[in-house]
Amino acid sequence: MLGKTTSLEIQTPEGVHFQIPIASPFSRCLALAIDLAVILAISMILYQVINLIASFGAAIPFLGSMIADMGSGVMIVVQFAVTTFYGMVLEWLWSGQTVGKRLFKLRVIDERGLGLSLKQVIIRNLFRMLDILPSTFYFIGSISCLVTKRCQRIGDIAAGTLVVRETQEAAPALGELLKPGANSFASLPHLEARLRQRTTPEEARVAMDAVTRRNELAPESRLELFSQLAGYFREIAEFPEEITLGLSDEQYVRNVVDSLYRRTSA
Amino acid sequence: MLLDLDKFIIKERPYWEELAKLVQTQEENPSKRPTLEEVQRFHYLYQRTSSDLVKLKTFAGEAETSRFLERLVARAYSRLHARRARTMPFRPWQWLTQTFPQTFRRHGLAFALSIGTFFLGSAFGATALKFNYELKSDFIPPQFSHLNEKPSKRVEREEKAEFDGFENRHQFSASLMTHNTKVTILTMVTGFLWGIFTFVLLFYNGILIGVVGFDYLADGQGEFLTAWLLPHGSFELPAIFIGGQAGLVIAHAMFGWGTNLRLRERFARIRTDLLTLIGGAGLMLIWAGIVESFLSQYHSPGFYPYKIGFGAVQLLALILFLSFCGRKKPNLQHQNI
Repeated sequence: MLGKTTSLEIQTPEGVHFQIPIASPFSRCLALAIDLAVILAISMILYQVINLIASFGAAIPFLGSMIADMGSGVMIVVQFAVTTFYGMVLEWLWSGQTVGKRLFKLRVIDERGLGLSLKQVIIRNLFRMLDILPSTFYFIGSISCLVTKRCQRIGDIAAGTLVVRETQEAAPALGELLKPGANSFASLPHLEARLRQRTTPEEARVAMDAVTRRNELAPESRLELFSQLAGYFREIAEFPEEITLGLSDEQYVRNVVDSLYRRTSA
Repeated sequence: MLLDLDKFIIKERPYWEELAKLVQTQEENPSKRPTLEEVQRFHYLYQRTSSDLVKLKTFAGEAETSRFLERLVARAYSRLHARRARTMPFRPWQWLTQTFPQTFRRHGLAFALSIGTFFLGSAFGATALKFNYELKSDFIPPQFSHLNEKPSKRVEREEKAEFDGFENRHQFSASLMTHNTKVTILTMVTGFLWGIFTFVLLFYNGILIGVVGFDYLADGQGEFLTAWLLPHGSFELPAIFIGGQAGLVIAHAMFGWGTNLRLRERFARIRTDLLTLIGGAGLMLIWAGIVESFLSQYHSPGFYPYKIGFGAVQLLALILFLSFCGRKKPNLQHQNI
């Protein structure tokens, strides 16, 4: 578990650097449980269908026993095929997802962040036969997941793949966060200009992060953080008391962020 | 310099949304080939969004929008560099007659090691039985308990049995195919554990054949044994050896002898060969399962020469196929010059 990384870092040829969060072993286990349940359900349904056909065939004179035997043979092959090809077919058709992975928003990708090739899909699913050992307890796969840096089972290492968390976030509605006209600092453009001049990009980033992520903070931490930020910004650019009177620390920082980032609003 | 974030988002947001929509369409239907105009538009939007992400990270440092754009660029990057389009169309005949035998020969040493280990196990099993016949029941696993019977007794019983009209043969055939395929895949994938278990599996299977072979030959049942095993064994055993060959190719990649490449690069190089070998072995096992069920298990003495002949021709054909098929013809024109 030591030295584990939680995200895959990609640097594209265009010079863009981004991160993709890697799925945790726990979420992978849950997705696997769902997939096993689906495999079991498919097998049971097919078993009933084949059984039904074979029982109809068994009534045919002379050929009855052969058809019944053929049904048993087909069932063995179908059982094997469902178990072996379930992952391969779905991961290929759904670009790295199975039913379980879809439910838990996981996806298999190439370890360089690219889409999967058919070879990779087949290899990672063939190696499942090693990962599930001993018996079907996924002991080898689990150990591999725990000791590898990017939580890869042996099939993933052999295929050059990894399982990532898929987070499709909506574009933030910044306009709703900082409503035009709600910033009392806007009436003093010379002080806003001084604020912009004295604030470094890093300080602006901290203030913006605090405002956009304020709902993720615990109440005490939120009060403490905005108190410190407001105190700092009061020191570097002082606004008159009639403007700041009655403003909470959080509102003060929101005004600061608005003044820093929305120059056209003035 | 700080970015006018609100203005920036308002201006760029339609492009991000358009890209998100295209990515989603691609993800939902990955096999659909986009038109040239769609690809060009996708590329433009991807580059524009990438550029926006860089601007945002450099000049604004706003976490939420950056995170949104990172996810979007990641998804678009994955789609843009998807390798489906670059995959060559699969040509089964070319694969069977050229790719498979060529790949087999390319890893000839691994095959030699695989077959060598198997026959070493056979020699061990036969020798052990020669010195201590009591070991027979220890070597034979429970699922093959019928092999504990004295060979001559079994031969007598089998030769008297009447033709059963292929009763229960489909089920038997299916069980053999799936079981042997699992064993072959396992022999391959255990190569990841530095080949140790590939060797163990090959050696262990060799012991079993060695014990059975010695038992039947010592009891004077060589003809029965050959007629029983050769028709399907001529495909089944080479298929398992090929599984072992693939396992040893993996083991070689694990050790990385003679190369400075990293593990992931070494695996990337052998992936196609592994699939080719295991695909070929799988086909051979399907055929072997059919032959074993519908031919090998019928033991009429008058039929032995045909069964042995069939098995021998099959084995010879396989050897010729794997040795010579897909070899490039010499360039005669070049020689004449």
